[in-house]
Amino acid sequence: MNENLFTSFSTPTLMGLPIIIMIIAFPALLYPTSNRLISNRIRTLQQYLINLILKQMMAIHSPKGRTWSLMLMSLIIFIASTNLLGLLPHTFTPTTQLSINLGLAIPLWAGAVILGFRYKFKTSVSHFLPQGTPILLIPMLIIIETISLFIQPMALAVRLTANITAGHLLMHLIGAATLALFSISTSTALITFIILLLLTMLEFAVALIQAYVFTLLVSLYLHDNT
Amino acid sequence: MASPVPLKEKRLLDVRIAELPSWVLMRDFTPTGIAALPAPFGRGYDRYYNKYVNVGEESVAGVSMVLAACVGFSYCLSYKELQHERLRKYH
Repeated sequence: MNENLFTSFSTPTLMGLPIIIMIIAFPALLYPTSNRLISNRIRTLQQYLINLILKQMMAIHSPKGRTWSLMLMSLIIFIASTNLLGLLPHTFTPTTQLSINLGLAIPLWAGAVILGFRYKFKTSVSHFLPQGTPILLIPMLIIIETISLFIQPMALAVRLTANITAGHLLMHLIGAATLALFSISTSTALITFIILLLLTMLEFAVALIQAYVFTLLVSLYLHDNT
Repeated sequence: MASPVPLKEKRLLDVRIAELPSWVLMRDFTPTGIAALPAPFGRGYDRYYNKYVNVGEESVAGVSMVLAACVGFSYCLSYKELQHERLRKYH
């Protein structure tokens, strides 16, 4: 049981070849492109959703921050679609791997911070010391703020990994429990099945929310620094 | 052997045997030609898209087939670990 639980998170291989690149690239197939202004239903639906998210997310930024629109939209679409695809049975979710989330979080955070330090140095450095702190607390507070700055990419990556992995694990466990209880006592199995249904609905929400949170935080870091 | 249709655009079944080596060499072997990469994709993606997704009266069927294929493919990949989870009286 123990070994089976975590094997669903191992990197998928096809006859010894890692095909994870294909799995990461797969969601792109679901978003068709077209030269036309108005296309079929699926494109209209996607355009509508992307416009909705774009307007809501980039409204707070200055024009300089809005140059990141493409990056942030791609980010949220990637995370949302990989999370949602991972809810299908037996599929592999790339965002359960810490390596991939670190690869997303660290460059984006570093880009925002370096941008802030390059173009608005005083403002960026002044973030380390909130207004109105007592003089004696200043050294300690600067150390604390520096640590909290450097922990931001780690928190971004680990938050996404832990949420998605925990959700998948819970679904595996409760599903196995339902199956095992079925022969022993059907009513308990029914209760467990209802818990499984609720959990699945939660997982759908979590998949989308985590994408949103990730992108929102990156955009906040950007807003601080532009 | 000259043919009215230029060699490059012929499909494999239309190529004559004598023309086969030059046909093979002329083919566009980049990933964009073969359909491995995302849009504006190779011919394989376009053909599937135009036949099942880009129809007048769209429904979920076009995309669902892709997702079902994804599930089936992932099942095949993880079959080895799943073998042990059969419903048996004695494990």
